[in-house]
Amino acid sequence: MSPHDPETQMTDPPTDPATAAGETGQSTAQPPGRDGAATTAAATGRRITLDSLSAFYGDSAAVRAVSLEFPPNEVTAIIGPSGCGKSTMVRCINRMHEEIPRARAEGKVLLDDLDVYEDGVDVVAVRRAVGMVFQKPNPFPTMSIFDNVASGPRLSGARGGDLRDRVERTLRGAGLWEEVKDRMDQPGLGLSGGQQQRLCIARTLAVEPKVILMDEPCSALDPVATLKIEELIAELKQRYTIVVVTHNMQQAGRVADTTAFMLDGELVEHGATDRIFTNPGDSRTEDYVSGKFG
Amino acid sequence: MSALAPVSHRRRRVDRAARGLLAAATGLAVLPLVFVVFYLLQKGVGAWSVGFFTTDPSGKFFGDAGGVRSAIFGTLEMVTLATVIAVPAGIGVALYLVEYGKAGRFAAAVRYFIDVMTGVPSIVFGLFVYIVLVIANTGGASFAGWKGSLALALLMLPIVTRAAEVVLALVPDSLREAALALGAPRWRVMLRIVLPTARPGLVTGALLAIARAAGETAPLLFTAFYIKRATGDLNRPMNSLPAQIFTDVGQAQDRLQARAWGAALTLVLMILILTTLARVVSRRSRLA
Amino acid sequence: MQAGTLTQRAGRSFGERPARARVPDVVMRWGLTALAAAVLALLAYFFARLIGESQTALSRFGALGFVFDNDWDVSSSHYGALPLVVGTLVTSAIALVIGVPVAVATALYITELCPRRARGPLTILVELLAAVPSVVYGLWGFFVLIPKLRPVQQWLADTFSFLPFVGGHVAGPSYFIAGLILAIMIVPIVSAITREVMATVPSDHKEAALALGATRWEMIRTAILPYSRAGISGAAMLGLGRAVGETIAVTIVIGNAPRIGQQVFDQGYSLAAVIANEFGEAASIPLHRSALIAAGLVLFVLTLIVNGFARYFVVRGQQGPKAAPAPGMAG
Repeated sequence: MSPHDPETQMTDPPTDPATAAGETGQSTAQPPGRDGAATTAAATGRRITLDSLSAFYGDSAAVRAVSLEFPPNEVTAIIGPSGCGKSTMVRCINRMHEEIPRARAEGKVLLDDLDVYEDGVDVVAVRRAVGMVFQKPNPFPTMSIFDNVASGPRLSGARGGDLRDRVERTLRGAGLWEEVKDRMDQPGLGLSGGQQQRLCIARTLAVEPKVILMDEPCSALDPVATLKIEELIAELKQRYTIVVVTHNMQQAGRVADTTAFMLDGELVEHGATDRIFTNPGDSRTEDYVSGKFG
Repeated sequence: MSALAPVSHRRRRVDRAARGLLAAATGLAVLPLVFVVFYLLQKGVGAWSVGFFTTDPSGKFFGDAGGVRSAIFGTLEMVTLATVIAVPAGIGVALYLVEYGKAGRFAAAVRYFIDVMTGVPSIVFGLFVYIVLVIANTGGASFAGWKGSLALALLMLPIVTRAAEVVLALVPDSLREAALALGAPRWRVMLRIVLPTARPGLVTGALLAIARAAGETAPLLFTAFYIKRATGDLNRPMNSLPAQIFTDVGQAQDRLQARAWGAALTLVLMILILTTLARVVSRRSRLA
Repeated sequence: MQAGTLTQRAGRSFGERPARARVPDVVMRWGLTALAAAVLALLAYFFARLIGESQTALSRFGALGFVFDNDWDVSSSHYGALPLVVGTLVTSAIALVIGVPVAVATALYITELCPRRARGPLTILVELLAAVPSVVYGLWGFFVLIPKLRPVQQWLADTFSFLPFVGGHVAGPSYFIAGLILAIMIVPIVSAITREVMATVPSDHKEAALALGATRWEMIRTAILPYSRAGISGAAMLGLGRAVGETIAVTIVIGNAPRIGQQVFDQGYSLAAVIANEFGEAASIPLHRSALIAAGLVLFVLTLIVNGFARYFVVRGQQGPKAAPAPGMAG
């Protein structure tokens, strides 16, 4: 974790842009372009199944008996008014919910066919398989851009050239490489909000998860940065199962294959995104998507 | 488990070891308290008797050593006087900072030096008073109880001020404005609205300062000195529990050492009562 | 203040508040300002007198000569404070080496690891360590710790004799025992400030680390410790300030030998201890008295420096690490 690890050396900003390009070319042996997808094309997402999942804060239930399936390599959007339990539900999938004092969950969350709440399941392993991107970009403030992306792989012992390759690959995968390759040793906090969020996505990708949870990933961003993240989501679904919580229905319409609508902790309905928005089966969904409340 | 890549054994071991180490260190931190309390009870209770509380130290090396009456009275008297000086002064300075000084340059200087005062060792406060009042025989006597009180008050002042400033700043401006809008003059607003609203916090700060002062020895050694008999006269040298303990520790005499333990237990109990009171008051204010 | 002048002006224009109604306001304002000014003036006066009273000794031996002369000999009226300065620094250093890791570990355990229900009681227990008066720690140290730890000290001295300043015959009262007691005494303050600093670590960062699949310890290392480093340094410095100025407990257990001990298990002396101990005899000898006051001055200046550093670190620590100067914060 030391900032003086040898691998950070190569990320010193070169003074001459020409040498910079040369060095990066040599050190990575990557075909040009944004092709992180190609190098890990074999990877596929995992199926997540919620089986009557309930979540509580103390005695009050925030999520009530939700059963829902997130198919692999698809984007599922969770929509609903604020306070409906959508974030809580998603935080149950990688067991972040239990980090809040007095919070607990009941029911099953299946990763393929493994219940992540089963006794003996290691919560750390769950979180490595199910990555998460938060509402507010939260790069580690004391770490450089490189160290932020490297923080996950380093936990499992990645060092040296492997680590450098992995950081570059994931930064390319997050569409950030070209923007930051010359200032890898600068603090992650120096980036713009949208770049910070893509940095956080890269940090999540670097752990090589199967599923990515995104909790309102664009709510703190401007429209241009939002668009970039949405394009990225469309690209990432080739390799991951993606769950996006959003209060922005247009966004759900743009990125999601499937959309689920939640209200007061319950799942009202879910289905193909087109259908949910054009022909909802429940009057409450219709009220919400047509803007009558929320 | 097949769906998950297992976490390496090394990482788990490191995690478990680190957690264990942190827990052990916490135990280690609390251990001295357990030991101190154990020995205080074991050795202190035995020294207690009616005579212990009702007689003055005899000053005899052999035979009846006497009790600690003068020390208890001295501590109570000097700490009371110190409180009477330091609490109003400390709250006054805090009022100035919150109500008038605010972010001004003079207020910043006051704040800074109050902060400096909290870091000054208690023995240095004792030296201050010694130089200014004891050497000069101010008041007709060299060592005197009220000089000890002054040294303690100097020690308490920054504690009271810092605690008071925090709670006074917490009084919402809307309350002040509401009262001012009713046409109340500012001084009445401060006395009738601001101070009463902040009272529990002020009491807590004062009690903590008193508890701190009650246990101090160093500033008393060369201001109030150590004397056996209780006089009640604050213009005379005065005994105190900490000074009594310090004097007795140095004596190679079982009786005197036993008296030190008994006095220590008495002192710790007094301080414990004060800190518990402070805690109760501050908890109640948080509920309100 | 603005509101105050406003009321006054309104009063005057309506002719309802005569000038004397404003007197209490003016008295209050200037009274409190004068009080604050008086505290500063008093402090300045004390400081001046402290310097003045130490002149006899300082002019005799020279300021540097006083601080760096290794001979404190009352019988021949020679006062060099180096043994005392060394004693103060050595005992405080021992206190830091033992106390700070324990205090930081305690803060981490209480804020991040222990069951929620144990959090309150544990906090109170650690804070109660600060409620025990210095003289009681001295008493306990003298009658319990020194005899009980004597074999431990001897074992440490024998086993680690290959280290510098370790070994030799163990005296009982020693730098080590004084440092150990000081460590106990600074744990509450260091731990309390460390806990405050750790409470300012945004939960964002902790969650980010956990969501990456960090274990609890790895989360502490990646998210908490780097963020609170400056604050912990500040807490340690404040602890150091306490240790340097602590008097009575040290006086009782350090052994009061006015020479520089060769080992950490040797007896020694400290600035504060010498003042507390020798005051009785010095009161009537101007040079001795002045030397003790000069020792107090050295101690005072030492704590000012240490606390100055502490303030700097604590303020920086509570602001958290700063973002780089904003290239592209706008984007």
